[in-house]
Amino acid sequence: METGKISVPIKTLDQVRTDASMIVQEILGGWHMRQRLNQLGIHEGDVLIIKRCCAMRGPILVQVHGMDVALGRAVARHIRVRPQDEA
Amino acid sequence: MWPWDGPWPGTSGSGRRMKHNDRILRDKLTASRKRGGRRRQFVLVGQPNCGKSTIFNEVAGYRSLTSNFPGATVSYTESRVSVDGRPCNLIDLPGVYSLTSLDPASTETQRFLLEEPIDVLIHVIDSSILGRSLELSLQLMDLEIPMVICLNMMDEAERKGMLIDAERLSEILGIPVIPATASKGKGVQDLFRQALKASLRKPRARHIAGHRDVERVIERLSRRVEKAGRSDSRFSSHLVATKLLEKDPYFLDHYLDKHPRLAAEAKSLGAALEKEHGRPSDAVINSERHALSMSLAEEVTRVRKPAIHWKDRLDNILMHNFWGFVSLALILFLLFFSVFKTGNWVENALLARLSGFGEWLSRSMEPRSLGHSLVQGMADGVAGGIAIVLPYLLPFLLCLSLLEDAGYLPRAAFLMDGLMHRIGLHGTAVIPAVLGYGCSVPAVMSTRILGSTRDRFIASLAVTMIPCAARMTVIFGLVGYYVGGTAAFGIYMLNLLVITLTTGVLSRMLPESVPGMLLEIPAYQVPRWKVTCAKTWMRLKEFIVIAWPLLIAGSVILTLTDHFNWTGIFNGLARPVTWLLGLPAAAGTTLLFGVLRKELSLLMLQQALGSPLDSALSYGQMLVFTVFVVFYLPCVATIGVLYRQVGVKKTLLIVLYTFLIALVLGLLVRGALWFVR
Repeated sequence: METGKISVPIKTLDQVRTDASMIVQEILGGWHMRQRLNQLGIHEGDVLIIKRCCAMRGPILVQVHGMDVALGRAVARHIRVRPQDEA
Repeated sequence: MWPWDGPWPGTSGSGRRMKHNDRILRDKLTASRKRGGRRRQFVLVGQPNCGKSTIFNEVAGYRSLTSNFPGATVSYTESRVSVDGRPCNLIDLPGVYSLTSLDPASTETQRFLLEEPIDVLIHVIDSSILGRSLELSLQLMDLEIPMVICLNMMDEAERKGMLIDAERLSEILGIPVIPATASKGKGVQDLFRQALKASLRKPRARHIAGHRDVERVIERLSRRVEKAGRSDSRFSSHLVATKLLEKDPYFLDHYLDKHPRLAAEAKSLGAALEKEHGRPSDAVINSERHALSMSLAEEVTRVRKPAIHWKDRLDNILMHNFWGFVSLALILFLLFFSVFKTGNWVENALLARLSGFGEWLSRSMEPRSLGHSLVQGMADGVAGGIAIVLPYLLPFLLCLSLLEDAGYLPRAAFLMDGLMHRIGLHGTAVIPAVLGYGCSVPAVMSTRILGSTRDRFIASLAVTMIPCAARMTVIFGLVGYYVGGTAAFGIYMLNLLVITLTTGVLSRMLPESVPGMLLEIPAYQVPRWKVTCAKTWMRLKEFIVIAWPLLIAGSVILTLTDHFNWTGIFNGLARPVTWLLGLPAAAGTTLLFGVLRKELSLLMLQQALGSPLDSALSYGQMLVFTVFVVFYLPCVATIGVLYRQVGVKKTLLIVLYTFLIALVLGLLVRGALWFVR
């Protein structure tokens, strides 16, 4: 199996369309960002369902472990995700 | 998937199964009473939106108190309650997601939990998000304080298709677990009975161990902590070791300076953990706890198909990219319309009755006597308070509590965040901002719905600069009436521009730890009247205790000034400002006393300069006066509530800033008018 050649499209959460299911690949940023996201149940390896993207470049609503969390675009840019079906 | 199957091989310790032996319990209680021990301290702790306050308000009396933590603007609520006839002290701490010092609320809560004497921790959990909630439980269990868990919102969990086995959870954790639906009053009595029992039996939670490699590192550091000596604290070495690896500021501050060798050990063990797992040690510990909680939740939960509920469909409208904004506008309009319409009606009815008192006073006391002036001043202050509190503040606070309890506020924040963030404000600040156009007092009070102290400060400053109804009378009654509608509109636009610039600059000067919104959107709840009324009363009490006395004192000063004819002195005091702004000296008293009662500003100006005002003031002076009045110092009642919300220093800062900005803008308008001529 040529695992080295598999390329999984990784993007940040703010680039993802609504209704997509994504897996958190990496949380960028420092201690505060990691802690705040972890506290709301977002860790590396967790599945996020993108439920809504608010108008006027507003926040993104994601579902994680059955609860809804609103993430501002700047926060979403700190979360690198990959599609769940390609995991 | 959790690596171990079966009955929790990682559990150990001295946890006991709760067996109800009421006779022993009774004996212990009698012994405790004989000793005349202090009042038992029960502490409610849980994540935000877990229904903690609902439980508090369900049992707390109307005499419950909201207090600030010493030296902080973070508040907690306290009440004396009686559990099975035994007096206890119940404390409701701010909601926190974890036991890590991230913001003032979590820092104060953590400090309280670690340093204050607590008999029982009542840990409230939102059962519908059991997995995430148990992360906090695992941390609280490390505190080694007797604890009971309340599985609240069981109805919501069932709606989501989760059937939770509370007994099994209690068995695994070694502490009592009580299912409840506090919003319907279910399970609350049982919870407090169990808490009372726990205060005597002191059940110890089991230690739930994680992966061996991580546990090994924690154990090693724990031994170092024990060696370093922990006589200065009452927390477990396991907790300290975990928190040091998590790089929690509270523990770093407490341990690393005093014990440099421990610091070095924590650093090297943290580095080893990072190397092994390929990510920072705090992320490793958090992931470990997360995995443990999720496995625990899986172990005790049976899942079936969730029922589709109206709550799920409601967001399709209320958070929709078009209909969401329409609904928000409609809700805000209804809030205002209902509050101001009913307020106006009640105010007129009340004032008509209160004016009878004034007439009675004139008949029964010598009209020009000092006593008459004093009583008149006090009566004016009381009447002013009644005219604000009963008609406007009460219905508004009630509506705000309803929106808050129903879970709408986070949704409003979600919708408005994109727009509000551009001017440096949090999305939730839309509520105080809109309210500010009515009255600054409830607007400042409502900034408490904002999560961080920073957001509260920025919003409070913005809100005090928004022209309230009292200042609106000056804008319309002076500029609108004499100069014209366009000029009045121009003042509103100038005001918006200055607020936007201020909040924009301030948000850049005070950077956030996390740039932007990170907010949980809780499920909708049908508000419970008892809880909503209790919350409204607590907020109303804040006005009555802080702002109302100031309003009364202000009114007394006003009548005394009139009585002793101190007008000249005050005009002299305010002369530097009136001279700079090119206003008549007689306007000085109006400006000074406008701080006491802003709604009287226009009336006082007419009294000082005579009517019509255009014979004493030029249009330019009217513009300068109005711009100054719109921006300068908040009124005393607002200063009072500001002090409660943001503390002394920030209140003084707001007062100083608003005064300076008003002066600068007044001068600019004066200069611009001179230039145009």
